[in-house]
Amino acid sequence: MDRQFDVIVVGGGHAGCEAAAASARFGARTALVTHKFVTIGEMSCNPAIGGLGKGHLVREIDALDGLMGLVADEAGIQFRLLNRSKGPAVRGPRAQADRKLYRNAMQRRLSNQTGLEIVEGAVFALIIQDDRVVGIKTEDGRHLRAAAVVLTTGTFLNGLIHIGEQKIPAGRVGEAPARGLSEQMANAGVVLGRLKTGTPARLDGKTINWKVLEEQKGDEPPVPFSFLTEKITTPQISCFITSTTAQTHQIIADNIERSPLYSGQITGTGPRYCPSIEDKIHRFKEKNAHQVFLEPEGLDDDTVYPNGISTSLPEDVQEAFIHSMPGLESVRIMRPGYAIEYDHVDPRELSHALELKRLPGLYLAGQINGTTGYEEAAAQGLVAGLNAARAAGGSSPAQFDRADGYLGVMIDDLVMRGVAEPYRMFTSRAEYRLALRADNADQRLTEKGVALGIVQTPRQTAYAEKLEVLSHSRKLAAEISLTSSAAAKLGLRVNQDGQRRTALDLIAMPDVGLAKVAEIWPEFGALPAYAQEALEADALYSGYMDRQNSEIASLRREEQFSIPAGTDYASILSLSTELRQKLTRVRPETLGQAARIDGMTPVGLACILAHVRKPKSRQVA
Amino acid sequence: MIEPETIYALSSGLGRAGIAVVRVSGPQAKFIVEAVAGPLPKPRLMGLRQLKSRDGLEVIDQALVLWMPGPSTVTGEDVAEFHVHGSPVVVSRLFVELAKFENVRPAEAGAFTRRAFENGRMDLLEVEGLADLLSANTDSQRRLAMRQFLGEASDVYESWRTQLLSALALLEASIDFVEEDDVVARAWKQVRPIVDNLVVELAAALDSASRAGAVRDGLRLVIAGPPNVGKSSLLNKLVGRDAAIVSALAGTTRDVVEAAIDFEGVALLLADTAGLRSETTDEIERIGMNKTSERLRDADIVVWVIAPDVADEVGPNRAVDLFVLNKADMLKPDSIHTRNDSFLAVSTRTGLGMTALFDQLREIVRARSFLGNQAIIVRDRHIVAVKETIRLLNESLKNEGRPLEVIAEDVRNAALALGSVTGRIGVEDLLGKIFSEFCIGK
Repeated sequence: MDRQFDVIVVGGGHAGCEAAAASARFGARTALVTHKFVTIGEMSCNPAIGGLGKGHLVREIDALDGLMGLVADEAGIQFRLLNRSKGPAVRGPRAQADRKLYRNAMQRRLSNQTGLEIVEGAVFALIIQDDRVVGIKTEDGRHLRAAAVVLTTGTFLNGLIHIGEQKIPAGRVGEAPARGLSEQMANAGVVLGRLKTGTPARLDGKTINWKVLEEQKGDEPPVPFSFLTEKITTPQISCFITSTTAQTHQIIADNIERSPLYSGQITGTGPRYCPSIEDKIHRFKEKNAHQVFLEPEGLDDDTVYPNGISTSLPEDVQEAFIHSMPGLESVRIMRPGYAIEYDHVDPRELSHALELKRLPGLYLAGQINGTTGYEEAAAQGLVAGLNAARAAGGSSPAQFDRADGYLGVMIDDLVMRGVAEPYRMFTSRAEYRLALRADNADQRLTEKGVALGIVQTPRQTAYAEKLEVLSHSRKLAAEISLTSSAAAKLGLRVNQDGQRRTALDLIAMPDVGLAKVAEIWPEFGALPAYAQEALEADALYSGYMDRQNSEIASLRREEQFSIPAGTDYASILSLSTELRQKLTRVRPETLGQAARIDGMTPVGLACILAHVRKPKSRQVA
Repeated sequence: MIEPETIYALSSGLGRAGIAVVRVSGPQAKFIVEAVAGPLPKPRLMGLRQLKSRDGLEVIDQALVLWMPGPSTVTGEDVAEFHVHGSPVVVSRLFVELAKFENVRPAEAGAFTRRAFENGRMDLLEVEGLADLLSANTDSQRRLAMRQFLGEASDVYESWRTQLLSALALLEASIDFVEEDDVVARAWKQVRPIVDNLVVELAAALDSASRAGAVRDGLRLVIAGPPNVGKSSLLNKLVGRDAAIVSALAGTTRDVVEAAIDFEGVALLLADTAGLRSETTDEIERIGMNKTSERLRDADIVVWVIAPDVADEVGPNRAVDLFVLNKADMLKPDSIHTRNDSFLAVSTRTGLGMTALFDQLREIVRARSFLGNQAIIVRDRHIVAVKETIRLLNESLKNEGRPLEVIAEDVRNAALALGSVTGRIGVEDLLGKIFSEFCIGK
């Protein structure tokens, strides 16, 4: 019997969870189809959420009422705000998470979500009618139909695990891969590629000699991810640091040809920023030690994740080199590390709504789009789920641009430029970095989320209250002022120019800052921490905001200029052959997108503009 | 994709000459040679062929035919050349024949260059250099254009880009990979010398740019002084013809008289100006004097002329490169030196001192047009971009001690500004640099 939904989400990983939740929040009748309920929210690789760029994404998901920030706050067992010594724009919240707590919290929240049904089953095919995706078939013969389907298959599409010379078809260790879906998409003309990622061995914490290791404590007090979390209540733990030794390097060098990465057995491209240990040792021969972070996977779980030694070397070699590191001499290896190759879709096949251009009705999110990382997957999941639900309900797609947030940057990068390696977020990818901060994600996105229909009442209320406090404190900082002589009397080093300086001016001065301002006017000290931080950020970046805002305005002007879908770039002879080919391949929807194509020049843009504006009758056929 | 049209043009000069070269570029070039000249010569070797009309009935000319298959050609496309006898009749007869082919058309000005650019055979700087080369009138203009055409300027720009990329990679790595033990915490310590050096190099290039600009557009030499000292006569001597009206009446020159000359390979734009005196009642003369002041301000070289029979009421309002005492033939030879040593005594009438004047002028012009081995920026848009880059880099130096992302913002913006000259630094270039130099991967 066929069952009918508005939206079907396939996959219960980080992308699938956010997609299903966003779709249901929008009000669509949603089904989340996954192999097993108990693996929903599984952290397949390292047990950590956030980081630089990634922490920004978590805050943005949270600003749009997504789940990841709230779940990580429940499950986090060591919080650290990275880049504390730098300004707020590049500070990134990060947390080690208890894997079991994370799964449980995610499963509980999804179970409580109205309009969402969780269906256990293995999806083996899409139902395609008139070139549109209208549902899925499970291996046990069930047919589920919907107006839109979101595919979040992670590494399961033709997944192939490598451990030394051994090859095992699998999506994750012990879980079968998904086969037919790649073929169906390829048959529809969708371009696929193959990528590779890896994970290290897991260690038994009871057999680690912790005493000899350097301890790394978390922040006190921990800074939560979610704008709704007031306080972290989960007990906090420490991580520990060891490092590779000359012996480690020797063992790996001696066995390098047994790594499938070097024997040619792996064809997929791996991430440069997350190389395997054999890669690091091979490429950086001058380094005689690499740090390895020992991260506990849970409060009542002895499993330890050794961050920094992802590998696909054979088990006996893994055993030998791990034992050559301080503290790990007699460690028990619970399971070996491995490399995994999987199919992904060339993300240039997607629209900015994350819908496949060649298979309308099918939305993709996560590793299937060539990305890596839980946060990247979750952010795409939210956008794909929201757009699937909006399409099912007859609404126009939601778009996030490069000035809205990191999720806009990521989606634009993927759709416009494609991927050559698994795509990970970095703050350097964001051209409006000073404006896109983790601390102001809600001010950038929550109102937009309300308008798009995925922000629920409790967050709307909390945000409205916060906004009031912020506007009060900004008004205060702009209105309170003192003369230069008054400032001098208070011991502040300011030019004696007779000018009045506002509190905001003073906060901006490196010699003064917020702390001194709060001494002069206690009302600033009484502001909540987030309001103080906002003032500091305003002050610190004020000189750059005008420029950035005018760039954003011009970006949005160009984004509003749409290029007709049928534009024949090959006939714009004033463009270089290379640009004509790129334009034909990418098919930009707006002038702004065209401007971001590699090698595009202002002259080239003018040519496109002239061509598009040309009266039809004069256009070269 | 639509195949580009094949284009042809006369590549040698117009008019009667020994040989005329007709160049054809595009996908049809091979077909055209075979149709008009018969068997294709070996690539890049001349072949003697009879050129015939397509119906084979008429011999147009006996010609040397050159066939160069793309992409290693000047335009990057297939190119053929017909070296025909240099009669306009032969050329136009050949053109009539070529026009009969489908998808073949005469090239508009610059079309060959544009194809070379589009096919990656030249970068933008080289194209701009070639445009200058083709319109160069003097030897030093040609040398300047040649330097750009040969890619020398591109090399300098590339080195600036590389330096900025290194600075950015250091900054961005210590922002994005703060947890990596390999990334230096004190990035700014390494970045600062790079930025310092770049500012010095850019400023030096900007300085030579004003000189290079003068070479490209011609040095502006202004002759000024009191009325009736013989300024117009001096101009005529320099030009070698009567460009200006000369009379014994003071104030004959009311407007600015201009003449362009090739002075030992350097373009000089000479301007003879209305004489300056303290007051005049003549409205037209007053306007002329105002114009003189303007010209003096903008001049690259100022020659100030006086004469023994004219009272110099008004002195120069700016630095003067050469002081000339004209009508020196009116003085007794031994009194010349007593009058004013710093003035070069000449007589435009007798030719006295003119050799010395030319010698001194040559020295001045040489100094002004000397470009040394400095980077060449001659385009206005490049000058604007380089100035903005310097400003932003100085901004980053001023921000020392502020959070790293603020300094990085200045350097990012500087890279953006310079990118309009050197080509953009994309985020993938940056990440590539970071991953090749730092061991990233916790």
